[in-house]
Amino acid sequence: MPRRRSLRKVVAPPGFRGYKPYGSNQVSKEYIELLYEEYEAIKLADYDLLNHQQASELMGISRPTFARIYESARRKIANALVETKEIKTVYGNVWMDKNWYACINCHARFTIPRKMEKQTCPVCSSIQIESIKN
Amino acid sequence: MKTVITSHNNNLTSGFDKRFGRAAWYCIYDEDTGETNFVNNENINATHGAGVRAAEKMAELKVNKVISGDFGPKAKQLLNKFNIQMIIIDDENLTVQDIINKIKS
Repeated sequence: MPRRRSLRKVVAPPGFRGYKPYGSNQVSKEYIELLYEEYEAIKLADYDLLNHQQASELMGISRPTFARIYESARRKIANALVETKEIKTVYGNVWMDKNWYACINCHARFTIPRKMEKQTCPVCSSIQIESIKN
Repeated sequence: MKTVITSHNNNLTSGFDKRFGRAAWYCIYDEDTGETNFVNNENINATHGAGVRAAEKMAELKVNKVISGDFGPKAKQLLNKFNIQMIIIDDENLTVQDIINKIKS
């Protein structure tokens, strides 16, 4: 059995479901699936202009793994551009950097949505909470 | 502030249901007035999409928090989008009343 893939951390999912070519008379019905981690890799390396070491630390993976994901992302996009394919985003092997917390006092797990300001446990109002991977 | 608690039946002494999409009833507890209201879940026997529909229902009912045992990936995504707080409690022997008492205190 192969080693389990470690989950890649993604700060925010892409703000689109996909991209479609237009103005082409031979649009292929095929599409490529761009994984969330690949989108995140492109974003960190080419938009935020981080180097691979920094980007891999942000995503919680090793530098070689980051380089592989980044390469696969570039190849997929190039493939879609050249062969006029549609790009669809797919969830992939990720965990969202959405705020899941655990209460040390009552063991409840919960999220804190963006609009909410207080950082306390919603069940027992304890301030002893810790961030968890989920 | 409205909180939804998933429950097995439609009264305060009924047990807490650890499923979100396929919970039998949703207890809507209003923190400001202290009122509780029970809503039937019509998607309990849906073959698929129960979690998604339940999450949409939460948005329709304008709730701020949902207390359940677990949430599926699609339900999580939707509830995140609607800015609804998700709370997971692992203890299944609680009743709805117990949970309300916990939130109050």
